[in-house]
Amino acid sequence: MNPLSVVVRKGCDIFAWFMVVFGANVIIHGDLTPGGGFQGGAIVATFLTFLLVAYGGNRLLSWVNERFYTSLVGFGLLLFIGLAFMGFPTSFFYNFVSVTHEAAMAGGAHGIIPPSGTIALMDIAVGIEVAGGLSLIVIYMFKGIRLYETSPVGTECGHDR
Amino acid sequence: MNWSQHLPALVVAFPLLGAFATPLFSLGGKFLRNLLFVAVSLVTLIIAFLLWRNVLLHGTILYVMGGESISLTLPSGFAFPVRIMFEIDALSAFMGLTVAIASFAGALFSLQYMNGFSGLHRFVSLYFLLTVGALGMSLTGDMFNFFVFIEIASVASFGLIAFWRDKPEAIEASFKYMLLSQISAMLILIAVGSIYGKYNFLNMAAIADAIQMTTVDKLILALLVSALAMKCGAFPMSMWMPDSYAESPSGVTCLLVTVSQVSLYGLIRVCFTLFGTVAQNSFIPWIFIVLGMMSMFFGVTMAVIQHEIKRLIGYHSISQVGYMLLAFGVGLSALHDPRALADYGFTALKGGLFHMVNYSMYKGLLFLAAGALYYATGTRDLDRMGGLARRMPYTTVLFLIAAAAISGIPPFNGFVSKLLIYESVFTVHPVLSAVALVTSVLTLASFVKIFQTAFLGPEKNQWKSVREAPAGMVLGMMVFGFVIVGFTLFPSWTISNLIEPAAKALVDQAGYIGAVLHP
Amino acid sequence: MIGNAPFIVVGVLFLMGTVAILSERNLVKISIGVSVIASAINLFLVAMGYRNGGAIPIHYLAGAHAKVVLPIPQCLTLTAIVIALATTALMLALIMMLYKHYGTLDVNEIRRLRG
Repeated sequence: MNPLSVVVRKGCDIFAWFMVVFGANVIIHGDLTPGGGFQGGAIVATFLTFLLVAYGGNRLLSWVNERFYTSLVGFGLLLFIGLAFMGFPTSFFYNFVSVTHEAAMAGGAHGIIPPSGTIALMDIAVGIEVAGGLSLIVIYMFKGIRLYETSPVGTECGHDR
Repeated sequence: MNWSQHLPALVVAFPLLGAFATPLFSLGGKFLRNLLFVAVSLVTLIIAFLLWRNVLLHGTILYVMGGESISLTLPSGFAFPVRIMFEIDALSAFMGLTVAIASFAGALFSLQYMNGFSGLHRFVSLYFLLTVGALGMSLTGDMFNFFVFIEIASVASFGLIAFWRDKPEAIEASFKYMLLSQISAMLILIAVGSIYGKYNFLNMAAIADAIQMTTVDKLILALLVSALAMKCGAFPMSMWMPDSYAESPSGVTCLLVTVSQVSLYGLIRVCFTLFGTVAQNSFIPWIFIVLGMMSMFFGVTMAVIQHEIKRLIGYHSISQVGYMLLAFGVGLSALHDPRALADYGFTALKGGLFHMVNYSMYKGLLFLAAGALYYATGTRDLDRMGGLARRMPYTTVLFLIAAAAISGIPPFNGFVSKLLIYESVFTVHPVLSAVALVTSVLTLASFVKIFQTAFLGPEKNQWKSVREAPAGMVLGMMVFGFVIVGFTLFPSWTISNLIEPAAKALVDQAGYIGAVLHP
Repeated sequence: MIGNAPFIVVGVLFLMGTVAILSERNLVKISIGVSVIASAINLFLVAMGYRNGGAIPIHYLAGAHAKVVLPIPQCLTLTAIVIALATTALMLALIMMLYKHYGTLDVNEIRRLRG
């Protein structure tokens, strides 16, 4: 893909970051609204798609660091399963942070975390994971379109070792 | 806190944690990753064993994910099971134990078999996810959760089949399997949606309690049976089986075999438990029997003409699945007739279940031995092998055990389960028994062919420098070999402790429903 | 009649997907067929989950005294969408690898595994 005109590039510069903010908004309100980790993460991942369309693949590939996105995926998944494990004295995936409706009304527990408990935290974990994962998919798909080699073929071979 | 009460969650959560922690551990180098690979598989095996023992001692175990009680009680006082739950009776625990054994053996084998390939942390992650999917499918008590686990297992196996991505055949086999399993997953999802639309339940026990036999239910049954029969490799849609078994790495293949058995478990769970009370007619049992006969015959006739070792064994998988379908069909036809059930139906179910676990063990061992041959010689073509028995003694002995078991040679466990199947299906119709016997003879013939061409005969010059497979691979094979020899030496203990509780759980539909609805 | 309209759409979409899978020779078109079937089933789940007289299962949109539909079908649909996305991405990746190896997308020419 070749870089597009300067107007498109400047527009994408602005809107790409806007998509990240919007995606983060969708992620952290996932427990209240019809959004959530997956949807927000998919919106965040459009950041990379914007840059890919505007600047072309070669410049994008020189910018991105795959290890960063891989670590996002790993961190999100570990956070998710860690939260699931923390419910253990009662049961796996037990919502151990939340307070009941009455207690929240009486004690004035506000904010995102107390009423919904681990659901909001898991939304954030899933959001991080999906953002990283979908960005990786975009990068790898682009490399695949160009028929790039992700690793030299000569060093490993399944058929005749 | 009481850990034994959380075993059902731990058996799935632990490999899941392993899968997600693998990228982290891979940063610490090869040793740490291999340690994680083996340790998590071993712990999963131990948990699955403890779970199975608990179920035998205390009866059906219920476990609710993320909640304290099974049911949600509405203000009107109507309580209905809405949460995701695991319901583990003896049959589920038995399948879980089988999966865990295969997973552990495959992990031990893969350590050195996959050594030298890149991207191994992804391999380990996917391997654990495949284990999680198979374990979840066998333990879950919720229809939609079953779909989710079947998809986890499928997606992981697509990646694992295509792991050697520089082989065109591997990609092609993976694509074929993906197309088929996507279509079958879609059919399952339609069935699940229809069940929810009609009964407002997704819990298996609640559905089994409420189910009637209207046109919609017949459609649901047809969708579920066709989808799961595709996934377990019954005849008309069985072509994915030899392809993907032949092209995937051997350590994965032995787990894929077990995953197809778990699909078969889903099939019998649907037919016996979900639709057990209402499916009075003999249509579904005869579908099972006809599919089983066709799979047996087609699989074995295609197998005898193969020249590639893993493909040959893969075709035998189709014929072995046929045996189980035949046995379960006969058992299902006798389900509503107590006299017939006591007379031959229960024997058929015992034979089918015993054959299921036997098949997982010896077929896994055969694939691992074929992988060891491939590792040592670098070829899978039988015509090029020869005289390897002198060079690879352990592999030879283990392969011989597995080949004797699959051919049904008398002292081995394959003989016991096949005998149970023969004598029970003979009561229904002698032809069924005859076809099964002919299949068994052809199986023996083709394994004699493999053994003779690959291991016996004069030593070829090009294999002078071949060495025995590394210790880890031999250990992985020995896990299977140990189980097979155990079943062979103590068949009556195995049947009375492992198989009979599972078969009782399969026919005891009221117990399955009552554990959830009338605790 | 108008209540059945979603199911007619589901049927048409499902047939379209099935025809694409069975009759097309191009791998990309086959994968489009699989995706269309997945969409049909998601629509089916959502349409199936509605109960007459129920309100939207979102706390602040439902109104004060409304009876709320149980949101299980929405959860099912969401899960199914995520799974469909994962498998579509994987399927396209495999198609790319196949193209790299075989130089074609025609199913009739990608047949090394036979017999």
